[in-house]
Parts: sequence; structure tokens; C-alpha cells
Amino acid sequence: MPLLEINDLVKTYPRPAGGGVHPVVDVRAFALEAGAQLALRGESGTGKTTFLNLIAGILAADSGAIRFDGRDVTRLGEAARDRLRALSIGYIFQTFNLLQGHTVLENVEFGMAFGRGVDRAYAASLLQRVGLGDKLGHFPRQLSTGQQQRVAVARALANHPQLVLADEPTGNLDRRNARESLGLIREVCHETGAALLLVSHDERVLAAFEHMQDFSAMNRALAEAAK
Amino acid sequence: MIFNLIYRSLRQHALATLVTAASIALAAGLLLTVWVVKTQSQAVFAATNSGFDAVLGARGSKLQLVLNAIFHLEASPGNITAQDYELIRRHPAVKAAIPLALGDNFQGWRIAGTVPALFADIEYLPGRKYAVGAGGRFFAIGQHEAVVGSYAARRLGWKTGTTFHPSHGVAFNPEAHDHEEEYTVVGVLEPTNTPVDRVIWIPLEGVQTMSGHNPLAATELSAVLIQLRAPAAGLMLNNQLNASGGKLTFAYPIGSIVAELFNKIGWMDRVLTLIAWLVAVMASGSVLVSIYNSMSARARDIAILRALGARRRTVFGAVVGEAAAIGLLGAAAGYAVFAALAAFVASLIQAQTGVVLEPLQWNPVFWWSPAVFVGLCVLGGLVPAIKAYRVPVAETIAPVS
Repeated sequence: MPLLEINDLVKTYPRPAGGGVHPVVDVRAFALEAGAQLALRGESGTGKTTFLNLIAGILAADSGAIRFDGRDVTRLGEAARDRLRALSIGYIFQTFNLLQGHTVLENVEFGMAFGRGVDRAYAASLLQRVGLGDKLGHFPRQLSTGQQQRVAVARALANHPQLVLADEPTGNLDRRNARESLGLIREVCHETGAALLLVSHDERVLAAFEHMQDFSAMNRALAEAAK
Repeated sequence: MIFNLIYRSLRQHALATLVTAASIALAAGLLLTVWVVKTQSQAVFAATNSGFDAVLGARGSKLQLVLNAIFHLEASPGNITAQDYELIRRHPAVKAAIPLALGDNFQGWRIAGTVPALFADIEYLPGRKYAVGAGGRFFAIGQHEAVVGSYAARRLGWKTGTTFHPSHGVAFNPEAHDHEEEYTVVGVLEPTNTPVDRVIWIPLEGVQTMSGHNPLAATELSAVLIQLRAPAAGLMLNNQLNASGGKLTFAYPIGSIVAELFNKIGWMDRVLTLIAWLVAVMASGSVLVSIYNSMSARARDIAILRALGARRRTVFGAVVGEAAAIGLLGAAAGYAVFAALAAFVASLIQAQTGVVLEPLQWNPVFWWSPAVFVGLCVLGGLVPAIKAYRVPVAETIAPVS
């Protein structure tokens, strides 16, 4: 059984000024095996982030099913989705979304705080793994962009996730940092056994993956919008 | 985890936390001071009777008579005759009658003429009689000698052997003449924490026959301090003397008469308390404003925390907890403000009345005041907490791709 299995997933947003709704995500079928690494290609505005947010339980679907590790996320209440995210999903955002008022170590600790609880030694070891073992007490503003991305990677892995979602993780990095960062994400996911679902529009990033799908083709909402 | 969030948020917003907690501390200190001084001064003043049950004086206000004879404040309502004194002294219901003659001061410190029996026989508190410090003694009848209350002696810098000339009048008047008699301090009273500590005591006839005083009034008295053999006698004397041709006032019981004073100034109490509560509400409002104003900046952090798995109720609780923590910090610091403020007010009251308050003595306000402040701050924190609860995660954390 796949780790993640999606069927007939629909998410709509209301149109401005009460003009009904417009679909943003309409995916008939999608699956990801445990430990697999898959890239989704899609240009900006194709609903990739909404798709990841639905999988993470940050957004609630209008209809359809998202089975994660045998549980249908769409049937869970918000608190249960929060719990699922805290325990089983790591999320790497395009803009990193680090907490600027907290140290690097604290940022990683927040990645585990709402799940199984803080394990400072593990947080420090993750930072060591991403090459920031000497920056534990630094604040994000004291780090380079590439280093901030590494903190985000460490945080995403802090709760021992089964699935890591990465939303344009190299979008804010230069070419060298992007290459290194992508390699790091794939390596640590492989090491920890976490599945990786990465969305990007960058062909260089997509080319690094053995498995890639075109989200623009998968998302029927785009075709409906084009009609 | 919630405590961790609260701690980190307080640390992150340290300046706002300190400023807001300081405003709570001032409000808490003010409320504690008003409450403690109010309740304790009522209790202490009502219990201050210098060991007497009643005061006999000229026809007038009972309150004025008690303030004048027990607290050594206010002017005397008038004099009574030696016959009136003898009448009450020999009354079978009266255990002791100590005469007082007032009318002079030294630089505003009241001079009272009395008899040695006040120091020899009277217990100003159960089991405690007046005593003079080492090397001193009580004054002798007929001598120009004085015994000085401990507070007055300390403020005047007097000790045994100091000499002085009394001035005319119960209140200080720089233009009033000094009497030619020179008095010598022969003893300084041990502190009693009563109005007696503020008085310069000389023999009764010293005041009565002081040069410049009316010789026709040389046997008159300002008041008589009375100890009764039994409390029931007080009611009887109250009926007898207060209805005896309008010549005398029998002030009994002293505690109830002092309580009248607090009834009269009750409005001031209420105004002060109201102000203290308003300041408290304003201070808790500052918690609301402080946290609420930072919510826009915090929305992103809250959304990130939610994306990491924090529940709505967790971030709600963290904001409310932060408000409560600020309230607790402020209330705790409020004790320091209270200690300083109350010490100042207590010293002022001692200087003006001789009555010593002990602000640090246990008062129920010590536990309910912090609880009230934390409660008010929690209320203040609810508004920003609701805002935190409603932060839309997806829209706040990331650009949509």
C-alpha cells in the first residue's frame, strides 16, 4: 500500500464579490510509496502549494480522499490534522519560514515540539548533519540564505517524518547553493527513510530526480480554468 | 511546550514585556498600598486608646475630644473645671482618671501636662507600662522637668539634659512668644508606637501655671483620660454626663468614635480605591494593547508554528499565558513598589499621628491582588489570543505557487 494515495481531490476557492467558486486543485489520482522521492513539475500559479497544503492538512479539501499511511486525512478534524502533521510530515517552504526571533537550534526544536517532544541532542545532531553544528546559537538573520535553507531542512526532519514536502525549496538560492541544498535534502531523506515529494518549476532541479510527474497535467482544475 | 512558547515569546519581546510588567507593577503597588493602609489604619486607629476607655472634656464633639486627648491632634474643644475632674475621679465606676492640660508646643511638637500616675499606673497596652530609656527618669511634680516621647526626641535630637522653652499654643506659630520657663529633659520614653511618642510631657501644673497663661484658668484641665472598672459603667456614665446640663462631653467608647472618623472620610477611601482599580484596569489594558499591536508582526510566526503542527488552542493558550505571565511578573514586582510606597505612607502617618502601621503584616490583599491582576491580564490577553487563534496558516506562511 502506498504511503500517500490521493483520489478525486478537489479544492476550490470563492471568487471575489460572491461570484461562486473556482477550482484550484482537481486531482483524480496520485500515489507515493514510502521512502520514494518524486518531483512534481509545475509553473507558478498551478496549485502546487495548495496541493502540498492539502496533503499536509493545513488546508481542508472540498471533496476526495487523501490516504496517508492508511488514514484518510480529509476525514480528520483540524486538530487531528495538526497532530498528523506534527508527528509524520516535514515541510520545507520556499521562503524557509524560520522563526527570526529564535536561534537555529530552537527553530529545529520547534519542528519536533508539537509531536513527540523536544529532543535537544537529536536537534543538534541534525544541524551537525547539515553542516551547521557550529551555528546552534545563531539567529537566522546571522546566516546566509543557503545556511537558512539547511536549517529549514533540519527542522523538516526533526519529527522523524514519514513524508517530507518541499515547495520550491531551491527557489531562493543561487545555482551552487540550489544544487548543494537539493543534494542535501535528498540525502537526508534517504538516510532517514522519509519519502520526499518536491514541487518545482526549475528544470535543473527536476532533472536530478529519477521520478518526476507533471502537476500541470495532473491538475484538471487548470484545464477547466482554460475552457 | 506551551510554557516554552510563552518563555520564548516573553524573551523575544523583552522590552515590551518589561514596560508592560512595570505598568502592572505600579498599579499593583498602588492597589496594595491603598488597601493595606486603608484596612490597617482603620484597625490600628480604632485600637489606639493608650490604655483608656473614655475621655471626659468640655461640651463639644466627641471625635474632636478623642483626637485631641488620645491622638494629640486638633485643638481642644475647651476646658473643664477641677470640680468636674474631682467628680469623675471619685466616681465609683472609675478606676483611674488622668488629667491632661494642653496649650503649649515646642516647634510644633505638642506639650502636654499630666500627672506621674500616667507613667506609673497606666498600661498603654495590656501588660505594658511606659518606661524611660537608660539614664532617664519620669518628671517630678513641681519641677521644670520633661519626659519626651521617643519619636519626638529622635526628631528633635533631644536626650536627657536637653533644655527648652515651651511656646504658646497647641500648634506651631513662629510669631508666638516663648514662655520664660526653661524645662530640662529628664527622660526619653521607650517607643510605644502610639501617639504618646510624639508628645513632650511635663507636670500638669507646669502647663496650668505657665507664664502668660490665664491665671483664672490655672486649675482647669483640657481633658481627663479615664479607665473604667467595668465596660458597663461606660454606658451609664455616657447617659449621665452627656445629659448633664450640656457642660461636659463623655467620649465612650473610644474605638467607635474613631471609627466615626473613618466613616466621615470614607468617601476619600472610596475615591482612592476607585483610582487604584482604574489604574489596574488601565494597566491590564496595556497588556492587551502591547500584545495586540505586536500581533501583525507575530502572525507569520504563529502561522509557521501552526504549519509545524501547533494547534489553534496551543497558540491561543500561549498568547493568554503570555498575558498571564506579564501579569504575574508585574504583580510580583508590585510587592516591591508596595513595600517602598507603603513604607513612605506609614512614615508619613507616624510623623503626623504617632500611630505606627506595619504594612508588611499579613493582609488578605496580598494573595487576591496578584490573582486579580493575573485575571485582568488574562482578560486583556483574550483579544489578541483570539486573533492568534484565527490566523489563516496557508495565506500567511507562503507565497502560492
